[in-house]
Amino acid sequence: MISLMQSFRIRGGVHPDPRKTATTDLSISSDFPLPKKLYIPLQQHVGKPAEPVVRVGDYVYKGQLLAHSQGMISAPVHAPSSGIISDIADYPAPHPSALPIRTVFMETDGKDVWQLLKPPTDPFGLSAEEISLRVGAAGVVGMGGATFPAAVKLNLGRKNKISTLLINGGECEPYLTCDDRLMQESADGIIDGIRIMLHGMETPQAIVGIEDNKPAAFRAMKKAAADFRQIEVRQVPTHYPMGWDRQLIRYLTGKEVPADGRATDVGVLMHNVATAYAIHKAIRHNRPLVDRVVTIAGGAAGSPGNIWVPIGTLISELLDFCRVDRPRMARLVMGGPMMGDALPIAELPVVKATSGILALTQDEITRGSEQACIRCARCISACPAGLLPVDMANRIRSNQLESAVDIGLKDCISCGSCSYVCPSNIPLVHYFKYAAGELAARQQAQHKSEQTKKLIEERNKRIERIEKQKAEEAARELAAKVAKYSADQAEQVL
Amino acid sequence: MYVLSAIASLATLGLVLGWLLAIAAKYLKVESNPIVEELEALMPGSQCGQCGFPGCRPAAQAIANGEAPITVCPPGGSALAEQFAALLGVSIDLSNFEEPEFLIAKVSEDTCTGCTRCFKVCPTDAIVGAAKQIHAVVADACTGCQKCIAVCPTECLQMHKPEVTLRNWRWQKPLPEPVGAPA
Repeated sequence: MISLMQSFRIRGGVHPDPRKTATTDLSISSDFPLPKKLYIPLQQHVGKPAEPVVRVGDYVYKGQLLAHSQGMISAPVHAPSSGIISDIADYPAPHPSALPIRTVFMETDGKDVWQLLKPPTDPFGLSAEEISLRVGAAGVVGMGGATFPAAVKLNLGRKNKISTLLINGGECEPYLTCDDRLMQESADGIIDGIRIMLHGMETPQAIVGIEDNKPAAFRAMKKAAADFRQIEVRQVPTHYPMGWDRQLIRYLTGKEVPADGRATDVGVLMHNVATAYAIHKAIRHNRPLVDRVVTIAGGAAGSPGNIWVPIGTLISELLDFCRVDRPRMARLVMGGPMMGDALPIAELPVVKATSGILALTQDEITRGSEQACIRCARCISACPAGLLPVDMANRIRSNQLESAVDIGLKDCISCGSCSYVCPSNIPLVHYFKYAAGELAARQQAQHKSEQTKKLIEERNKRIERIEKQKAEEAARELAAKVAKYSADQAEQVL
Repeated sequence: MYVLSAIASLATLGLVLGWLLAIAAKYLKVESNPIVEELEALMPGSQCGQCGFPGCRPAAQAIANGEAPITVCPPGGSALAEQFAALLGVSIDLSNFEEPEFLIAKVSEDTCTGCTRCFKVCPTDAIVGAAKQIHAVVADACTGCQKCIAVCPTECLQMHKPEVTLRNWRWQKPLPEPVGAPA
């Protein structure tokens, strides 16, 4: 009965073919050879880019700080191995545009020596503030792909007096199994990370949500959490997008996050299991975030699997390691197939957000040609945010962006459920992404026009001031001349 | 002494007339249409003249009088047209509206002679430099008004597309496929 009640709590969503079997039974491999060169972008997180503290030619140890965070929302970057900094310059970013981003180039020496590590710390002897500080200094960001600095989120949780911490072990994207394997193999570390987070946020309880297609991970986590009454491990239905924080919050706590609000408004915060593990490593073992588990899968991958990969490794090297058949690879995707980004080239670095690398074949990406909308309303029932995708797309098509915003464009999370179910192959999410970008561009233009007005005002003031000065000077000169002249005249009269 | 009395009388005359003008400006002020003010406030305000009017205010007046379309401002584009439509309470169909291409000025370093003419006319101080030094355009401050293009003696200033970076990269609008085309 309870489960029936809860199933009403799931709104929209789809059931894509999971395609996880290729990698779900393979343990995480640590055999990936250390690359000779690493390319470490200075912005791998939401917020301001990190500022380098090393110089070209410096020798750095593994885990040494390469660039410190700047500003309130930012994260530092650390050396993923030991070696020499060969350059700090622009390099293509792992982004659909592959436009350049400031990057630290590193030549590894093959020794992979850690910097002097402090002995393991007891996290529960530290104050809550100290935990956030250390998590921030270790460069931990949301590992599910959102890359929001974890320390900022911990502080947010503490300030808002969060009642429940949710841990997302959903991994609802097809193909990806990195979180699943991490939970199976390192459940104790994840649970320890969750306890540290609870301590750092001063939050009484945590709920871990794991989709019911990962029974082994559920059992491992349940066992690891058995001694800790404040941590509850629960199964959630396999349903895309279960990993969306609002969906999981609604299902597990029954609370609805308001449209223009945040999860903290209902006293909840969500972190990913991989983030919990990174925090465990950062606090317990004083190891900054320098590597992560990446799922390499897809039809073109000869030996798919989950691999511990140093940040900054070129994706092309991973493809070679997993014997990807390049001619058969029709599309390279970073992240999951539903929300990931297609990459134009493979010579791009793995970053903190890289949960998966998919080498997809033509069969896996083929879609039919676009047809006219038949008003079946399947996109409306699939939308987890309760929006009207067809209506929004029509308005965007006719350039009425403001009216698309009126019916909830800003609540769209680009999960792709609508495009997935559309029988007419209308690229709905593409419209929403375009519109979101266009609105951002307009906001920038608006900001620029305000700045322009200020600049014009300043310039006019300056010109006025200069003219006034000139006039005053001329008046003074004239007065001096007049005084001199009248004095001369007076002399003559006398 | 004649000189002194001439200066004194002319100065008095000037003061009195000026005072009269000040009084007149205060009491005989011409009230302008408030909608024009509101329209002008939305406009970029660089007085670039790309609309064909001598400045932003005359263009705002023309819109208020119905003599110019609300899509008149090229730098404002469709975003400004939508704001105008909301302000004036009219509906617009922007489906066939072609967004004007936004270009910014760029100095070619090979031919710049450092004559300083361009930065004297730039309404937003977007050009930096000094006499006999190569000038440069601050891309974030350039409004694309092309005033500098007209005064450059060596044609070293040209309009270019703004550089695409990760900060301003956007998804393109999906190309409409022919509806009902066979699969």
